[in-house]
Amino acid sequence: MTDSVQAQPSGGAADLGAVFGPRPAGAHDAGGPELVQLLTPEGERVEHPEFSFDLDDEAIKGFYRDMVLTRRIDTEATALQRHGELGIWAQLLGQEAAQIGSGRALLPQDFAFPTYREHGVAWCRGVDPLNLLGLFRGVDQGAWNPADNNFGLYTIVIGAQTLHATGYAMGMQRDGVVGTGDADKDGAVVAYFGDGASSQGDVNEAFIYASVFNAPVVFFCQNNQWAISEPIERQSRIPLYRRAAGFGFPGVRVDGNDVLACYAVSQAALKRAREGSGPTFVEAYTYRMGAHTTTDDPTRYRLDEDLEHWKLKDPIARVKAYLSRNGVADDAFYAEVDAEAEAMGEHLREGCRALPDPNPLDIFDHVYAEQTAELATQKEQFAGYLESFEGAHMEGAR
Amino acid sequence: MAKITLAKGLNQGLRAAMEADPKVLMMGEDVGKLGGVFRITDGLQKDFGEDRVIDTPLAESGIIGTAVGLAMRGYRPVCEIQFDGFVYPAYDQIVSQVAKIHFRSQGKLKMPIVIRIPFGGGIGAVEHHSESPEAQFAHTPGLKVVACSNPVDGFHMIQQAIASDDPVIFLEPKRQYHADKAELDLSVAPPPLHTSRVVQEGTDLTLLAYGPMVKTCVQSAAAAAEEGRRIEVIDLRTLSPLDLGPVYDSVRKTGHAVVVHEAHVNLGLGAEVASRITEECFYSLEAPVLRVGGFDTPYPPSRIEEDYLPDLDRVLDAVDRSLAY
Repeated sequence: MTDSVQAQPSGGAADLGAVFGPRPAGAHDAGGPELVQLLTPEGERVEHPEFSFDLDDEAIKGFYRDMVLTRRIDTEATALQRHGELGIWAQLLGQEAAQIGSGRALLPQDFAFPTYREHGVAWCRGVDPLNLLGLFRGVDQGAWNPADNNFGLYTIVIGAQTLHATGYAMGMQRDGVVGTGDADKDGAVVAYFGDGASSQGDVNEAFIYASVFNAPVVFFCQNNQWAISEPIERQSRIPLYRRAAGFGFPGVRVDGNDVLACYAVSQAALKRAREGSGPTFVEAYTYRMGAHTTTDDPTRYRLDEDLEHWKLKDPIARVKAYLSRNGVADDAFYAEVDAEAEAMGEHLREGCRALPDPNPLDIFDHVYAEQTAELATQKEQFAGYLESFEGAHMEGAR
Repeated sequence: MAKITLAKGLNQGLRAAMEADPKVLMMGEDVGKLGGVFRITDGLQKDFGEDRVIDTPLAESGIIGTAVGLAMRGYRPVCEIQFDGFVYPAYDQIVSQVAKIHFRSQGKLKMPIVIRIPFGGGIGAVEHHSESPEAQFAHTPGLKVVACSNPVDGFHMIQQAIASDDPVIFLEPKRQYHADKAELDLSVAPPPLHTSRVVQEGTDLTLLAYGPMVKTCVQSAAAAAEEGRRIEVIDLRTLSPLDLGPVYDSVRKTGHAVVVHEAHVNLGLGAEVASRITEECFYSLEAPVLRVGGFDTPYPPSRIEEDYLPDLDRVLDAVDRSLAY
């Protein structure tokens, strides 16, 4: 793994700038180890001295399919919001490779803690994409059971889940499922978060806990350059992956639009965690091609040129270029994936509209595992109140 | 029969919980070798190991946030917040995560986490070491909040809180830790966790308190008895949910109620208790429900904390005012 400590120039004692070195130019700084890339934006396979991609072309076709379907989930949900079926949607456009690459590196026994934009990871974990919509439609706050797919509920308070991930990883240590050498048993945790979250106290505390307890957790940061309207420069003066060195574990920056590199780096970091060698920070350097959410208007704060620049690095286009150029996939394959995407769109459209509103009386049921007399009484009184509207049903009373 | 302090009662209760369930963990700052700054976890790391009694980094949000993950993995973390005023760095994790995860997941994820907080003043401490933040947590749906007042309750209530599948804020009156001893009779079954208890019966007025103020109220009742006033004292014990059935019974009998706590009066537990008594016992009341508590200021420097804290005289003053109606 890459040693990310930056060498500091020595200098005269009178010149503090010379003693401590220049202040880093910014989080875009290209210094330090190079971006790990295994597939160029043009679709050419390249090698990296430390990270290699060891799957076959069939797997790459699978990644392509995953990314196309994930993008379809995203565009369909965005359209559903525009049609008034969702209150809001957090878009992942442009981050498909980071999510599919890392998500496909997970084993069943691993556990992923998402923020609220990890629709691609959810797909990899086997969560029905329809279940992602409930939260954004306002019919639930997370419909899936985290234990079913080892995929946590979406967490809206930025960075809070990184501590949950670390604690879960500490639990795995205590359960004796880390570093046993049994590949079917050893597990790890991935904490997903973004560049904005890297400023949160909880994320920094998670780094410390994971470091001192050597917890099997991979901190997977999708640096999409934007925290709503705030650019990465408002979060950091150094490339984010270099922060890891200060916490005492390795950090690596990977091309977040390169699904092969994201897979390879995630796999290496997860392996390291499962083996009991502790946490790793992965900075997937990518770009939020869409808005923060459907309520956001990026034209107010960023330049069109940036977006055009990043469109040339599209994560799906480069895989398609690779597959086509090497004769790995033919038109029939693409047609099949497109048909699947169409079916996905229909599944989401129809399923979303059919999601029932919750019963207002149900809000009392899961505040506690053991119901309190107070809440039981409130529920009863509210039921009586609703019933008091003569001839009007519950819907009419609301 | 052994006589124990509150500190010992809690320590023995924690030990019993750890012996009963291997999933029970202790987490916090200095809870290991030191046994906690108040020695409540004394000896536990030695006997249960560093994996079960975890000295955490000095970061409270981290304590609670990692406890959430451990709970998701099937553990039952018991977190010690070293002092009441240090809970706020963890406030977001407690209020936004611990309290809401069961609701958010529609019951799929349970949060059997106990957050122990030594609370209240009277020990001559510096700022942030004497606060009473219970209303902040009692106001948060999803949390349960209890306060123990004596060694026997400490022993039983901590075990009951650990056994609960809901998150429990467990308030310990720090000035009582080493103050009084009581006999622990293991043959007497404890009442359920979320129940209040009549400490002493009376007919003229009902005094309501919890945590450190229970002792003050019992002393006040004794002083009032010398003037022929028979005062009933109730230890609320559970602050969320409240168990006010015994309180209503009492107030219907006495017609007078005074709520006492160290916390600021404004929007404190007393406001809620007074409101509910008024709703439930309106025609029995012979006086408004009065509140005695800390003033609506930050906790003062310790040399004048006795002026700030409710004491026997201020409680008796309120008793006089209520009975004079």
